[in-house]
Amino acid sequence: MPDSNLNSRKLSAKLTAEYYERLYTAKARGKLVAWATSIVPQELLETMNVEVAYPENHAAAIASRKGALPFLERAENSGYSNDICSYARVNLGYSQTLESEILNLPKPDFVICINNICNVVVKWYECLARYFNVPYILIDVPFNHEYEVNQSRVDYIKAQFQDAIVKLEEICGKPFDYDRFEKVMEISQRAARAWRRAMDYAHRVPSPMIGFNMFNYMALIVCLRGREEAVLLFETVAAEMEALMAEGKSQFPGEEKYRILWDGIAVWPHLAHTVSTLHGMNVNMTGSTYPDAWTILYDVGDLDGMAKAYASIMNNICVQRQVDLRTQILTASQCDGAVYHLNRSCKVMDFMQFDVRKRVHDATGKPYAVFDGDQSDPRNYAEAQYETRMQALVESMDEQKK
Amino acid sequence: MSVQTEIYSKMESAIKNIKSTLEENHKKGVRNIGVLPVYAPEELVHALGMFPVGLWGGKASISKASRYLPPFACSIMQTVMEYGMGGVYDALDGALMSTPCDTLKCVTQNWLSACPHIPAVTVVYPQNNKVPSAAVYLEQELLQAKEALEKIAGRKLSEQALAASIEVYNENRKAMQRFFDVVSEKPGCISAKHRHLVAKSRFFLPKEEHTRLVSALCAELENSPEMKWKGSRVVLAGIMAEPDGLLELFDEFGMAVVGDELAQEYRQYRTLVPAGKTGLSRLALQWQDTGCCSLVYDPEKRRSEYMADMAKRLKADGAVICMMKFCDPEEFDYPWLKAALDKAGIPSLNLEVDLNTPSLEQARTRLQAFSEQLAAI
Ligand code: SF4
Ligand code: SF4
Repeated sequence: MPDSNLNSRKLSAKLTAEYYERLYTAKARGKLVAWATSIVPQELLETMNVEVAYPENHAAAIASRKGALPFLERAENSGYSNDICSYARVNLGYSQTLESEILNLPKPDFVICINNICNVVVKWYECLARYFNVPYILIDVPFNHEYEVNQSRVDYIKAQFQDAIVKLEEICGKPFDYDRFEKVMEISQRAARAWRRAMDYAHRVPSPMIGFNMFNYMALIVCLRGREEAVLLFETVAAEMEALMAEGKSQFPGEEKYRILWDGIAVWPHLAHTVSTLHGMNVNMTGSTYPDAWTILYDVGDLDGMAKAYASIMNNICVQRQVDLRTQILTASQCDGAVYHLNRSCKVMDFMQFDVRKRVHDATGKPYAVFDGDQSDPRNYAEAQYETRMQALVESMDEQKK
Repeated sequence: MSVQTEIYSKMESAIKNIKSTLEENHKKGVRNIGVLPVYAPEELVHALGMFPVGLWGGKASISKASRYLPPFACSIMQTVMEYGMGGVYDALDGALMSTPCDTLKCVTQNWLSACPHIPAVTVVYPQNNKVPSAAVYLEQELLQAKEALEKIAGRKLSEQALAASIEVYNENRKAMQRFFDVVSEKPGCISAKHRHLVAKSRFFLPKEEHTRLVSALCAELENSPEMKWKGSRVVLAGIMAEPDGLLELFDEFGMAVVGDELAQEYRQYRTLVPAGKTGLSRLALQWQDTGCCSLVYDPEKRRSEYMADMAKRLKADGAVICMMKFCDPEEFDYPWLKAALDKAGIPSLNLEVDLNTPSLEQARTRLQAFSEQLAAI
């Protein structure tokens, strides 16, 4: 059990180190390693005591430490088009040697994919399964073109949970422990609520949080969603926010003159530039679609609810619901405007974004800016364009404030 | 006019005059339904007495569509959206679409505000298509599509009508399979351009008529005298091989297309609808049998060996992978296709396809070099 006396920064660092230690020692401890997509039903894996590596996290970590390019190039040299999502390219390039000076992952014993974020992952994991010659578990979550997740989708997803359990039993060579499953669900719910509560402090006016810190915590909510440590970490974050508010203070350097919603993934290779540009203009990010993505809420033991929660991820819902989600965040966190990342990697986000941002604007009247970027290919971002667009946004927000 | 030429000209005019066909249909009280790529339960449209027409994009200069899609969306969907917003599809009473890739997921949504005058009917096929729960789910999904289409048709679908339509479609698929075989056995008996025309016109003609034309063509080709083909034999992979100018290059460089696994061509007629209890359950079972496609879950990436085997079986000298620009499902398969073809000793060419490229100069240079490479072997 981690030390609860640490502040959230130190605790995050410690939990990250422990997480990777568990991964690296998995094989020696006779445990299996899965590679999984970021919003996988980790409950199943945690129940089976499998150690889980998250290639998207790994690619983000490599990209933010400016190490993506060699892997991208290696993937491209193996024939993967540079049009493909850069997380996939970094990972497919990395898979060929499993060696990076920045951060490493052990070879997978199997891969598990849920396409609640995109269909790219279905294809990407096909390549991994074939490359490593390991079993592939797919949980297919049909796109919800209707507002709600209908029952036939729920039944199909639930049946696939069951199929995944059977496969896991085969792969791990032991039966699935349903009591432990309940326990993991219970922890996961507490973790999801703690995460939500902590991130929602960004909504306060003024915000006690530097909104971009959410991006740092994200790595941990991805990989610790089913563990007590996550509860502790996000409770610690929440307590720190409470304390700051009690003292009338904020982490935000300087005056929080403008509050924005950030839509889309961070630009990991140029994170410092994106953040410092905004902070330099007294803009704090107080709303994001991300906290929602990992708030997987359901009643413990309710598989229908669990299926629905995993199916309702923001990329997997209809445009109207995406508009409502953003409108609600803009309102709840009292944003003055929105920044949309037109991410060269992510078709599923981009190809609905045009309509979404227009309709969110129609609904809220808030100005917005769009910039071209990429979450992990450093070549697809231009500082000058970003600065100009942010400057223009600030001017529009000023206009509105008058 | 020879029988062959006559058939081709009927097919060509079906495509060219599609606008007036759709308008004529309206005069006769027949509704028109656009069918987007790649898979859709077209049989339902047919069984409801409506006219299905394929929407696979074409050439268009993009302006309106850029309100919805950035330039890095595939040209099929760029042009489909442009046509839809520009009024080209105004004679449609509905559009039937599915979501096998992220781009199409988004198109189903953009359609709602971009083309509100053409009701969208969306079917989300299960990716995990081999598990039994997928068929159960798909049947429900098809039921919804059926009900939405019934509304447009203004009538109910009978089990009998659906069974009859499935028969019509299966007959058409069989005729196309026969055509595929004839052409592969007699390289040079048909130009690459006409071979494509036969497959493409499926989307523009009533299926019964198309079947008749294809069957007549097959009889002609089967009876035509053996000719010694001096050029090379190639197989095509990818989403589609268009525009026509691209195929004319194959003809110009003496490359006979002896087979394909294109999404627009062979993948459309490769899988018959199996026997089963109800029409909808049969359509769901057909999906279970569908595979070796970039848009259907393929955990072992069997598509690559399938392609290599096809190339060997058809004694192809080479394979051209027609890579639709910005089509990520195909892009993920490319390294594997290439590796499998390499392993089988089949030279391959990765040829970029973009329906909107103004010039085919680059394709010309690359195809010419490839044909020379094949000739030298
Ligand atoms: S960035 Fe987009 S395309 Fe890439 S894995 Fe994430 S959701 Fe999928
Ligand atoms: S060409 Fe590819 S990306 Fe475009 S709609 Fe078809 S499958 Fe999707």
